[in-house]
Amino acid sequence: MATPEAPHASPEQLVYARWLDIGTKIGFLVLVAAFAAYVLGIATPHVPLDELPRFWSLPVEEYLAAASVHSGWGWMEHVMRGDYMNLVGVAMLSSVSIVCYVRLLSLLWNERDRIYMAIAALEILVLLLAASGVLGGSH
Amino acid sequence: MLRERSLWFAGFAAAALLAEPALAADVDGASLSTLQWWVWPLLLFVVTFLLGIVAVIAGLGGGVLFVPIVGGFFPFHLDFVRGAGLMIALAGALSAGPGLLRAGMASLRLAMPLALVGSASSIVGALVGLALPVHIVQTGLGLTILFIVALMWTAKKSEFPDVPRADALSTALRIHGIYFDAGTRQETAWQVHRTREGLVLFAGIGVMAGLFGLGAGWANVPVLNLLMGAPLKVSVATSSFMLSIVDSSAAWVYLNKGAVLPMITVPSVIGIMLGARVGVRVLTRVPAAAIRKIIITLLLLAGTRALLKGLGIWN
Repeated sequence: MATPEAPHASPEQLVYARWLDIGTKIGFLVLVAAFAAYVLGIATPHVPLDELPRFWSLPVEEYLAAASVHSGWGWMEHVMRGDYMNLVGVAMLSSVSIVCYVRLLSLLWNERDRIYMAIAALEILVLLLAASGVLGGSH
Repeated sequence: MLRERSLWFAGFAAAALLAEPALAADVDGASLSTLQWWVWPLLLFVVTFLLGIVAVIAGLGGGVLFVPIVGGFFPFHLDFVRGAGLMIALAGALSAGPGLLRAGMASLRLAMPLALVGSASSIVGALVGLALPVHIVQTGLGLTILFIVALMWTAKKSEFPDVPRADALSTALRIHGIYFDAGTRQETAWQVHRTREGLVLFAGIGVMAGLFGLGAGWANVPVLNLLMGAPLKVSVATSSFMLSIVDSSAAWVYLNKGAVLPMITVPSVIGIMLGARVGVRVLTRVPAAAIRKIIITLLLLAGTRALLKGLGIWN
């Protein structure tokens, strides 16, 4: 059941909440579906399940080398594999706030709220920079 | 009394199970031959389910319990545990965020400037954490967890802090509000002060969140409540919502670095979310004080383990 809306919650806060709710639900759905396909063997994993214990105790750099996976957006090469399919759900959950901020930016634009427009725009840039892989991948 | 004793017993049984040397041992060839691959994810699911229950009752995010406990007692490398810890904190914040915003408990205007500073600095923390040698991160994690234990033991909370005058920055940013407390059926107007100091501290909190994958509710709430003067319920709700933004940027760094392993992350996220649902249901029926003591004991054990592991004393 949805939480009752408080009379003092601003319209932009309520819109943000609606987008956050929808985005989160979609992300979770994708995550759970991908994980089910992974563990039930519907999608073949890149790293076989019974070999996982050899990999999960390694530092991430050694794991990437051992599993022949590139960092950054390199996981997309294996996105049809059961294990890497799960990262689509992870990426969606990590992106929900970006979508919400883009929606919020349009509302703030209509209100000519310059300070919060600048804050929202900067936040989108920070999140896009993190998502871009520019800071993450070197392989 | 009997229920309280049962809870203590359950807490210590969980601690003893986690401290069992066979489970704590690194997975080498010998132990691999005796354990099926699915044992660890299954055990992880059970442990995170229990952590989800107690985290809600103790008013903590799951990440702060998950990283030291799983990092200390499971065979997974700390890189993947921190990646999973961030996803747990993010998932919890994303789930709670819409309800908190709709109810007017979380404040978007209070969260946005602080989350901007926090999310930018959490990228720095994540990059530094993934570049540092693991024993240094373990040692830092141990010290941080022990600091959190001290904070939980001693920190005061103020339901309605006295803010005689809003500062210039919070006035310019129009950070104020009114929230309706469904429990007392009363409306409360609030404003904040010391915004500049709050922004500086949130930069540090963001670095810690990214560095250790802990989430950061344990630090957010005291800064919002005790330093900036937001009412306790607004602080807790805004902190919880803010994690959905701050942890997103650090989660992207971990994902792009390859430190999100689905077999560790997904069972943990599902376990802690299901546990949290059970925790909410039993929230009013269990002695929160006893649960809090169990949590402090578990964190003390896990923090000591992380510290000693980092120092090479207890591997």
